[in-house]
Amino acid sequence: MSEPEKKVALTTTEAGVATETSVAGGASVATEADGATQSEETEQTEAMPSKAPEEMHRRAFIYGLAAMAGCGYAAAIGYPVYRYLASPVEKAATAAAVNEISLPKADELPKGSALMFKFGTAPALLIHHADDTWSAMSAVCTHLACTVQYEADQNRIYCGCHSGVYDPKTGANVAGPPPRPLTLFKVTVHPGSVTVTRG
Amino acid sequence: MSEAKKSSWKTACYQWLDERLDLAGWLAFAKKKTVPEHKHSFWYYWGGISLFLFLVQCLTGVLLLVYFRPGPEAYESVRQITYEIHFGWLIRAAHSWSANLMIFAVMVHMFSAAFMKAYRKPREFTWWSGLALLLLSMLFGFSGYLLVWDETAYFATKVGLEIPHSLPWIGPFLADLARGGPDVSPTTLQRFFALHVVVIPAIFTPILVFHLWLVQKHGNAVPPSEEAKPKEQRKSIPFFPNFLMKDLAMWLITLNVIAILASMWPVQLGPAADPLKPAPVGIHPEWYYMSSFQVLKIFGALFPGTTGEVLGMILFTLGLVLWALLPLYDTSSQFGKRAKQATYFILFALFVLVTTTIWGYLAL
Repeated sequence: MSEPEKKVALTTTEAGVATETSVAGGASVATEADGATQSEETEQTEAMPSKAPEEMHRRAFIYGLAAMAGCGYAAAIGYPVYRYLASPVEKAATAAAVNEISLPKADELPKGSALMFKFGTAPALLIHHADDTWSAMSAVCTHLACTVQYEADQNRIYCGCHSGVYDPKTGANVAGPPPRPLTLFKVTVHPGSVTVTRG
Repeated sequence: MSEAKKSSWKTACYQWLDERLDLAGWLAFAKKKTVPEHKHSFWYYWGGISLFLFLVQCLTGVLLLVYFRPGPEAYESVRQITYEIHFGWLIRAAHSWSANLMIFAVMVHMFSAAFMKAYRKPREFTWWSGLALLLLSMLFGFSGYLLVWDETAYFATKVGLEIPHSLPWIGPFLADLARGGPDVSPTTLQRFFALHVVVIPAIFTPILVFHLWLVQKHGNAVPPSEEAKPKEQRKSIPFFPNFLMKDLAMWLITLNVIAILASMWPVQLGPAADPLKPAPVGIHPEWYYMSSFQVLKIFGALFPGTTGEVLGMILFTLGLVLWALLPLYDTSSQFGKRAKQATYFILFALFVLVTTTIWGYLAL
């Protein structure tokens, strides 16, 4: 690179002009680095108001590149680790996708009593009422997810955690903190078994 | 937000932290610290690489801990990690590869420190703590190997524990204590698990901190050839950011190496351990035990009964003591002097280690 070109680039640096002059704009990356060295050599004591625009661009470009590489590595490590840790969640989702369950010998359940069973991944209640009707519902309290119980003597579903009360036939939230009714399931009684269906 | 407002917010944030954590003090310290630069500087990175690999071990180890079940279900849980859980194979492979690389890096670090005579006064404790860290790393490897509970793991541990068993008087007692009975069983696995994830880390970590503190306190050692130079001819670079950036670049390379090895050559799982099945042919320990394995084999062939094993073990112990005491008897490598005898001794140790390892693999 010839000396005059360097000088032009240098003046740009000294002036701290934000707009690129035609020479500086056309200069290679090396020009601008040379210019910076030159300004130190000429003992420029005045405070540098700002760096040459190209250097700013280059710096920003390198930072951007490093940030992108960093994000790439974070994703390349984060994704397998997330999938690894989430494996049982996915497995549970598959298990929870059960829509129907057959409970063998559940038809023998005495009147005025209940059976706790696992529907998908969560506990559920099958109740044989005193009037020979049946109902089945989720046993997970809609308040803070405690498991509820059927109380035959009081004819109610009760949650021991915060005294929530539900109706044993409809699952409606009757008293206490529960915000929503328990999810009701469909019951079909067969000889030798009871089928519980979702929805 | 205007530029001025943004910077005042940044300054306020920095000041708040600085008043409490003395950030400026730390930064000034890091900038003042220098690392010597000479033709052997490359070897300075191996301590950092070892440290990085240890961190990888901690991270992948904790991840494996999420699904690993010690006891009778160990094999099944490793099978699930390897074949059922998403990316479980990758985490396990990374843990296994990084373990091997860590022992390799620690060995390179130790031999380079030896050749540079970095063990000399005042760095004796750095040498000894480093040696303790290597031995504990090998114990990490030995205890972790059994946890997989496949055929190879089972017999490797069985053979490994038969060696102390052959020691007179205390041998059987020690081996029984390690196994939790006369045989390698799920009880052994349970206690190896406790060793691997609690006991050894609890001993390893404070020694590591001590080692790093000593390195910081005494600074990087320079080889005698460099010490011989007048002060003004010696070069150094600032620790921050120059050396740190180079160190981090090495960590990045190491990370890439682990990623390539673990994804291209994931570790397999052999058939479950069965004490009633004969040992598979050609069973051998991990490469870092190959040298001692081969020496014991040679001595076993030379002497009848367990005499060979006992003699082999005495030889190991003597060798290790001699190696550990290197800083005490290598008095010739004083300031600026080259210590030829010490170099020959280190070369001899390296030669024995490499040849017996290769011999071990050839004799399989």
